Amino acid sequence: MVQEAVTHPFSKYLREEMMPHIWCAGCGNGIVLNCFVHALDELKADLDKLVVVSGIGCIGRTAGYTNTASFHTTHGRSIAFATGVKLANPELDVVIVSGDGDLFAIGGNHFIHAARRNIGIKVICANNFNYGMTGGQLGPTTPLEALTTTSPYGNSEHPFNLVHLAAAAGASYVARWTTLHVRRLTQSIKRLMQKEGFCFIEVISPCPEIFGRRNKMRSGLEMMEWFRKASVVENFSDPAKADITPDRIVVGEFVDIEKMSYEKLFHEKIAQINEKAMEKMS
Amino acid sequence: MSIKRSLLTGAHFLNGDVACAEGAIAAGCRFFAGYPITPATEIAEHLSERMPEFGGIYIQMEDEIASMAAVIGASYAGLKSMTATSGPGFSLMQENIGLAVMTETPCVVVDIMRGGPSTGQPTLPGQQDVMQAKWGSHGDYEIIALAPCSVQEMFSLTVEAFNLSETYRVPVLLLGDEIVAHMYEKVVIPPPDKLRIVNRKKPHVPSKDYQPFMPEEDFVPPMASFGEGYRFHATGLTHDEHGYPKTQSSEVQARLVRRLCDKIRRNVDKIVRVEEIMTEDADVVVVSYGIVARSALSAVRKARAAGIKAGFLRPITLWPFPEKQVAKAAARAKVIVVPEMNCGQLVREVERVAKSTPVSFLSKLGEDPHTPTEIFEAIKRGI
Ligand SMILES: Cc1ncc(C[n+]2csc(CCOP(=O)(O)OP(=O)(O)O)c2C)c(N)n1
Ligand code: SF4
Ligand SMILES: [Mg+2]
Repeated sequence: MVQEAVTHPFSKYLREEMMPHIWCAGCGNGIVLNCFVHALDELKADLDKLVVVSGIGCIGRTAGYTNTASFHTTHGRSIAFATGVKLANPELDVVIVSGDGDLFAIGGNHFIHAARRNIGIKVICANNFNYGMTGGQLGPTTPLEALTTTSPYGNSEHPFNLVHLAAAAGASYVARWTTLHVRRLTQSIKRLMQKEGFCFIEVISPCPEIFGRRNKMRSGLEMMEWFRKASVVENFSDPAKADITPDRIVVGEFVDIEKMSYEKLFHEKIAQINEKAMEKMS
Repeated sequence: MSIKRSLLTGAHFLNGDVACAEGAIAAGCRFFAGYPITPATEIAEHLSERMPEFGGIYIQMEDEIASMAAVIGASYAGLKSMTATSGPGFSLMQENIGLAVMTETPCVVVDIMRGGPSTGQPTLPGQQDVMQAKWGSHGDYEIIALAPCSVQEMFSLTVEAFNLSETYRVPVLLLGDEIVAHMYEKVVIPPPDKLRIVNRKKPHVPSKDYQPFMPEEDFVPPMASFGEGYRFHATGLTHDEHGYPKTQSSEVQARLVRRLCDKIRRNVDKIVRVEEIMTEDADVVVVSYGIVARSALSAVRKARAAGIKAGFLRPITLWPFPEKQVAKAAARAKVIVVPEMNCGQLVREVERVAKSTPVSFLSKLGEDPHTPTEIFEAIKRGI
């Protein structure tokens, strides 16, 4: 009997008109997107209330691929843009999916200030240790000694520990996973979506095409093998000690605290002001 | 703190920054993001008090790059939004002003000009950002920039800036200077029902048929806001009418960039505003804008009293430049005098359209704008 063609159950989350995507074979970005839409599906998220924002980079194409309201900002400015969206309409769920260079080099200042304010935007960073889109230059998460197109003798810059940075800056929720941890990452994204305040997940993601092949990991599989061998789950351990080294990648949830969000505090102020004005009038 | 919670109306004695802030509130602006900088700080301070009274948002961002990005975000979430700054901050905003152009975001950017380059003279006036206003962001685009010459106009042109931004889905610049921003003058604010307020066109089609960048006859596409059920995409990349990136298509690039320019070029007669006094028979026309225009008008009257046929032409829209009006005045005049508080910016536009009519440029830098006498002397020299 002829099998009727069926649409993929997740196609409603994606803009099919935008396919094929631009990502290389073996790239981790697809896994990040996959976990994100699985989390949306499990949450039965209201897609009309969701805004996906990205900056510029390979992973920055995510906003264009999700079938929600979406915006692709200038390089580094997704968080600042999203701050305007969230404050203007706090009913919206505002999620950023962007890269390590976008969020922590050119956009680093916006990241720490958004975390400090505890504004309710949700940030998922695909950390592939380099600038994929521009051909593999070093970035703020490139490990010491790693080879990139702009560190041909080995990187001499100390990298950021992103989860430590996010926790120190005041984020309400902080986690790190690799693209190997699909189930835990999906659960973690669900948590991020449901929490008040500024939430952050770092996803260690393979860029075999550009980063891996210069660093003795030619394929996506080899990079995933590194993640498998090296990662250890240490939930709620000290993020300051959450290393990423050739032998050890500390993953897990590091921060999950209750703290009033900026938009709630601000809109409460507006309500108080209105109440006072009403009193005056009556 | 007293809570007013009503629009300011009637006669008031205000400084230009406060008048601008009140103009924004009156125009329906409900989102301000900024970063303090002299001489625009009072706009932020005043709006930090006034916005919450109207249920609006004031946020002090970490820098001007962030401010401009937040303004675009708030506009896409449906609020009329603005920022205010001065030279150094205006420079930082340029990349995202380009993003606002490309994503057709209605918003207002106030630049209170002080002396530059760099940190320059923070507390003194200048007219040095005129060309940056036109060309500051990379790529080809047209922009609208208005130049108030009084505290009254700091109010009325702020309202006008919002109306133009909502009409054409463009960022609109208000180019004030330190003097109009800081001086106090009487301002008469009409009651709300006497103010013309324009709101952006909204789509009337279901989400599946909505193309966020499909223009109507006026070259302007209707704009949905986030959260209204329209799942559209917007990007700073070259995009088609659906908002989807088309980075390899020459055809889409030409169609998009030409339309973005045409929104302003083909509507120029509706946008351009000038003030002309006694230009009909003028042998000498003084073209002047902002605070300098007030000295210029005084000089023109002085010249008339001395028997010189002088005229006054004030571009209120610096951009688009009032080509037709200036060309017409130049065709009749023997000479044009252009006083500016810079080393020669708008004068280049005047020279471009004045053709064979000689243009005499009068430059001034530092604390004081040109005195009426200085401009009067230039008129006499020209004749
Ligand atoms: C202002 C500006 N500077 C530089 C660039 C060039 N650029 C595009 S993407 C990118 C880096 C992206 O790296 P990352 O955020 O890590 O994303 P990835 O491509 O690795 O996913 C750079 C430098 C740009 N688009 N804009
Ligand atoms: S360059 Fe790297 S990050 Fe970019 S798509 Fe290819 S593998 Fe992925
Ligand atoms: Mg990267």
